[in-house]
Amino acid sequence: MWSELGLTRGAKFAAVVATSLTLAACASQQDNAGMNGAGGAGAATPGSQQDFVVNVGDRVFFQNDSSELTGEARGTLDRQAVWLGKYPRYAVTVEGHADERGTREYNIALGARRAAATRDYLISRGISSTRLKTISYGKERPVAVCDAESCWSQNRRAVTVLNGAN
Amino acid sequence: MPSQQTFAPPRPIRADRRRSAFASRLRAIGLAVVGLAAGAVGLLAASLPAEAQLKITVTPGAAFTPMPIAVPNFTGDPQLGAQVAQIVAQDLKTSGYFNVLDPSSYLERAVGADVTPNFNNWRGINAQALVAGTVQQQGGQIVAQVRVWDVYGGSQLIGSQFATSPDNIRRLAHIVADAAFSQLTGFKGFFDSRVAFVDESGPKSNRVKKLAIMDWDGANVRYLTRGQELVLTPRFSPSNQQLAYMSYGAGDPKVFILNVASGARQLVGDFPSMTFSPRFSPDGNTLVFSMQKDGNANIFSMNLGGRAVQQLTNAAAIDTHPSFSPDGAQIVFESDRGGTQQLYVMDRGGGASKRISFGSGRYSTPVWSPDPDNPFIAFTKQEGGMFKIGVMKPDGTGERILTEGFHNEGPTFAPNGRYVMFFREEGGQAGLWLADVTGHVLTRIRTPAGASDPSWSPLLK
Repeated sequence: MWSELGLTRGAKFAAVVATSLTLAACASQQDNAGMNGAGGAGAATPGSQQDFVVNVGDRVFFQNDSSELTGEARGTLDRQAVWLGKYPRYAVTVEGHADERGTREYNIALGARRAAATRDYLISRGISSTRLKTISYGKERPVAVCDAESCWSQNRRAVTVLNGAN
Repeated sequence: MPSQQTFAPPRPIRADRRRSAFASRLRAIGLAVVGLAAGAVGLLAASLPAEAQLKITVTPGAAFTPMPIAVPNFTGDPQLGAQVAQIVAQDLKTSGYFNVLDPSSYLERAVGADVTPNFNNWRGINAQALVAGTVQQQGGQIVAQVRVWDVYGGSQLIGSQFATSPDNIRRLAHIVADAAFSQLTGFKGFFDSRVAFVDESGPKSNRVKKLAIMDWDGANVRYLTRGQELVLTPRFSPSNQQLAYMSYGAGDPKVFILNVASGARQLVGDFPSMTFSPRFSPDGNTLVFSMQKDGNANIFSMNLGGRAVQQLTNAAAIDTHPSFSPDGAQIVFESDRGGTQQLYVMDRGGGASKRISFGSGRYSTPVWSPDPDNPFIAFTKQEGGMFKIGVMKPDGTGERILTEGFHNEGPTFAPNGRYVMFFREEGGQAGLWLADVTGHVLTRIRTPAGASDPSWSPLLK
């Protein structure tokens, strides 16, 4: 499954996706909210969750203690907006996350700030606000676990999670 | 039920017959304390000047040696006598202010409250103070008679009797330890207290978090949630009967109040978005918390009786972690309104706020000491990649860093304001630590698994 996903994008992006899928596989069922819905094997069917995660990119990354969207993040969100415009059956929840280098309450608010910035950008790209919800997990749900920037940079993220049929 | 018993000591040299503040709270929960009758002691008791009393002094920055103290087994019931002495010794040792001498060095294994100690036996191992007692079952109750002795002065510092039901044996021991601690340090006790915290298990990427409470020393852990929902930042009410905390569930995470005894939980208010970082006022009538709106968080208060809500801050910033001054008149909080996290103080009704942190780095998670006589605010400070725990005066002066490393966070004051407990993450695992406000003491508090977000209760009632 990993290798199939890896073929579709550059190596760096594939590594991120693989991390996310590994964690999704390990996650207990009670934590559906914290993970994207990349489930079944096989090629990404257009309009499917796999299609969104693999071919569009479900997440954007932030600088330390920042909620400003980078150029790369805007590019990802532009693709998300096009895809969501094409598949209006999906509502989405934007999850905001922070790395561990901050205090708990501040990071909860910082995650909310990142989710709000991401949501607002999608709205500016024509996605109806009624399709968009946000939630912050602060530093509670890291996808990469190490005491180094290589992990922290993956954890400072906003993930657009498809909620299924609208 | 309270018991009142007299106890005639053997030829005491000096007796402290003063009923201390903790005597009243003992009666309220079915523990009883009585001063031990002192006999013909008026002569010496009245003549000792205060400065002659055995007392340890702990000053920031100055050299400090913990007081050598002996806590032999209590006489009476051998099992209870060993248990009470062990708990008292562990409390005093963990406080960092006492060097509890190794029992294997004692010339007497047990010393009862019915004898005057052979002081030479304790001078020989250089004990400056001696805690001696007798504990036994009497008519369905456990009764402990306790004396604290000044070994070199050859005088009695405390003579008291405590009684309780058998299931309160650990509390009885903590109260004995509080009496000794208070007498020998001049500070109020803090051992008869509890800590609420978040129990952590599972991998860091998908950690399971449960609300839990325990005795201050890690005993009697009790879980209040089962781990299905992510829970954060429990905060004790001043009555110890409730916890305010943040919980995830369906929709936005919100602040709830949990009744510790019944387990019933109640959503706080009806707000359109995420609420977090709750804190009770000292009178328990008000809850303050943050509410998120888009990219900003502001601080609100809610009257828990009438449910009236008031917005206290209104900044395009993250305002959070409010904590009341002990008189309830002011609130310290953190805000990044100036660009980075710093500490601010405002009146409890909101309005203008004053920044109090001006050192290098970022300041966060402020908590106000409950001791009005020694005003401190404890905080987390991020600087140079390190997470430090420190204290400052409420006007921002006198900053003192108590510990630093990666990663310390979230101090909570002991009921006497003399210590803080905080959590430290090492190797992906969080644990609870204790520091005193002078920076002389740093001790791990044992928990069954990972632990974070401690909230220290007031003294039990």
